[in-house]
Amino acid sequence: MSDSLVAPQPLLVMEGIEKAFPGVIALDGASLRVAPGEVHAVIGQNGAGKSTLMKILNGAYRRDAGTILLDGQPVDFHNPREAQDAGVSTIYQEINLVPYRSVAENIFMGREPRRWGMLDRERMNRDATAVLDRLGVHVDVRRPLSTLNIALQQMVAIARAISTDARIVIMDEPTSSLDEREVEVLFDVIRGLKADGISAIYISHRLDELYAVCDRVTIMRDGKTIDERAVAGASKVELVARMLGKEIGEVSRSGATGFQHRGARPAGEVLVEADDLQGARLDGASVTVRSGEIVGLAGLLGSGRTEVARAVFGADPASGGLRVRGKPVRWKSPRDAIRAGFGFSSEDRKADGIIPYMSVRENLTLAALPVLSRNGIVDRTEQQRIVDRFIDRLGIKTAGPEQKIRELSGGNQQKVLLARWLCLNPSLLLLDEPTRGIDVGAKAEIQGLIDELADNGLGVLMISSELEEITEGADRVVVLREGRTVAEFDHVEVSQDTVMHAMAHGDDESRSRGVEESSGRRLQAQEDGETVRRLVGATPASPAPLDER
Amino acid sequence: MSEPGIRTVGRPTRSLHLPIPQLPAFIRPYTALIALAALIVYNIVFTTNFLSIGTFNANMTQVATIVIVAVGMTFVIATGGIDLSVGSLMAIAGVLAPLFLVDAQQFGAPVVGLALALVAPLLVTTVLGAFNGTLVTVVGLQPIIATLVLYLGGRGIAQLIVNGELRELRNLGSPMISSFEFIGLGQVFGIRFQIIIMLVVVAVAAWVLHATTFGRYVLATGGNAAAARLAGVPVNQVKMTVYCISGFLAGLAGLVVVAINRSSDPHRVGEYMELDAIAAVAVGGTPLTGGRATILGTFIGAMIIQLVRFTLIAHNVPDGITRMVIAGSIVVAVLAQRQRTS
Repeated sequence: MSDSLVAPQPLLVMEGIEKAFPGVIALDGASLRVAPGEVHAVIGQNGAGKSTLMKILNGAYRRDAGTILLDGQPVDFHNPREAQDAGVSTIYQEINLVPYRSVAENIFMGREPRRWGMLDRERMNRDATAVLDRLGVHVDVRRPLSTLNIALQQMVAIARAISTDARIVIMDEPTSSLDEREVEVLFDVIRGLKADGISAIYISHRLDELYAVCDRVTIMRDGKTIDERAVAGASKVELVARMLGKEIGEVSRSGATGFQHRGARPAGEVLVEADDLQGARLDGASVTVRSGEIVGLAGLLGSGRTEVARAVFGADPASGGLRVRGKPVRWKSPRDAIRAGFGFSSEDRKADGIIPYMSVRENLTLAALPVLSRNGIVDRTEQQRIVDRFIDRLGIKTAGPEQKIRELSGGNQQKVLLARWLCLNPSLLLLDEPTRGIDVGAKAEIQGLIDELADNGLGVLMISSELEEITEGADRVVVLREGRTVAEFDHVEVSQDTVMHAMAHGDDESRSRGVEESSGRRLQAQEDGETVRRLVGATPASPAPLDER
Repeated sequence: MSEPGIRTVGRPTRSLHLPIPQLPAFIRPYTALIALAALIVYNIVFTTNFLSIGTFNANMTQVATIVIVAVGMTFVIATGGIDLSVGSLMAIAGVLAPLFLVDAQQFGAPVVGLALALVAPLLVTTVLGAFNGTLVTVVGLQPIIATLVLYLGGRGIAQLIVNGELRELRNLGSPMISSFEFIGLGQVFGIRFQIIIMLVVVAVAAWVLHATTFGRYVLATGGNAAAARLAGVPVNQVKMTVYCISGFLAGLAGLVVVAINRSSDPHRVGEYMELDAIAAVAVGGTPLTGGRATILGTFIGAMIIQLVRFTLIAHNVPDGITRMVIAGSIVVAVLAQRQRTS
């Protein structure tokens, strides 16, 4: 341990933490240091390992390797209860309280004060009131929790956490279900905890919130801790770059992906126009795709990328205009969109893609069954012909068409799922993270395939967290932030820097076009801490006013 | 919101794996068939008169209604659901049929009455199946709760229709009674007609599950409903249909039972049938989690349970022990066919 003489002893030190799940290394040498009374942010892309690290800290998972020191003492929690007893409390993303029990019962659940072996309800209510008062929340603790709004329920969750004499409170996306005002209240509570010397670990993908409430930030990527620094003095672009594993100023490295033909295709007719989509996590997203072009959809986690694709595909309800070849449409289900020639491959192959116990043949032709059958009877000969053709054409490595798809590698599963749409000869493909979690070789192959398909007139909307895919693959890039389209670039304008800027700030004055922004959010230079502080001053701490339409 | 990257990996499910040796993978699909063959061989050797048309008919008769219902249950379970209402639906079909056989002239001609006695109950139980499907898809109840409604209420409906009274078919007025009884008691080339009904149901169902778009949709829905929906599978429509099929086949089984018994008792027709059917499906190798199903397996599963029972009874084993052995053999059958989910 390298405790310096001047710095106070950290409250928590996690060092060299490793954790593997079957098939995936979730943590590979992650570390975290939190000082007493510090609000410490942990940020990173999807799958960077933030949640896993927190679950190891709070005893929900066991680590494979590494050390955890609390107050300089090594600790080893076997379950969340042990962690709680040692002062590590967690407030989960989804509030895990019991809605029909009273506020007081929720705060003291499992540790109810007893008297003569019976529940001492009076004392429980008194203590609960005291804890909530400390947070500046005044409610009747006998009320059922379900009668409180989400923000107050969140406060109850925090009260529950600190009533255990917590010294570290883990908050995983605590603001995801709160509105602006409620976020402010939460921040006041966090500042109050801090004043009492209680540390907080704060996980969020809303970067603005970091500046409002956090002291230091740990950045994770691919299961490793990449960086740890003070929040003041770090620019948003810097943070985003570190999360994505890029250098600021790093320009597009051509040849890193399998894409070759960006910008060389003449775009054709307008296939689909989504205009001002509103819905869950959507707040004014607009995107247009023409035939023969790849449109890259970029944005941070939670920016509404997946939601846009699902809305265009009719998978989730969303209001707003949707036009296909100029005609307004309203999908009732994905079935309608498929009939119109759309295909959608989800970012989560296992949850939304494969039918695990079905064969490669059945998975590949699932969407094509209506075409492949006469009077409801599947034409096996035709089915076999199509399956053989696509296994051959996409180079799907399988023991045979009858092999169960779950036995295939991720890359080959992805090829089968692409073939599921390609065999329908679609006009538009919505690809959500088409190369996530697959090996480098298959990745380049799939990228090359997407390129080739666009050359042949297919319209592609491609969502990716990997900047190279966006900058090298897309003929046009649309950037989303907090459910809203905030920038759009053509292939000449696009670079990793411009996209990163737009992802972080929702605006890049010099290069974006055609997207209005309210003047309060307009940012100039971002590279020094001074500007950042001005930025924080000018920017409310929460998803905020972009609403001058 | 959770992190999909982690969620897809999930925590390894820790089920208690007893030190039961796993059967080699190439045998596993045939476990049920091998067990059935062993039972048959054992009986040929040790049970007198096992190889006679009488024993065959006796065994098949007892298994026929279970198989018919279990086939419908297999479709439901294949989508990840379950149907507890089948026994009660059998009772409803059973009390409806005699209403159309009361007198010769009521429907113009006796044959119209007979036709109605066969068609109307099936129509009603199919519609009640649609009611189950609606609770599952539109209302969004869990299948076990949704079908509990008719499990409890359905038998009540049956009792109300006939004031709780037992009806003897021979006391009804229609000259077509013996024609109706043919579905239970009639013989074609020495084989009971109900056995033929059962075999046709099994054959058609196996073909539907295997060769039709609908059959593939059933397995896709049970295997991964979210993915199936995104691939254009009309998931709700599929679920609705399997409950209708289950209702229809329960109605058919109800008619057969009434024809065999030559009477209709709203309290007894189809009693415990839901459990017998589920047991047959499980022993046959269809996991209750959905996504995988075998109609032939269900048929074999029902036969295994029947033959275990027959064997024990034929060798004068007391009823209490027979029940325990059957229970034990269900556990063994399911464990032997369990696939380790990696």
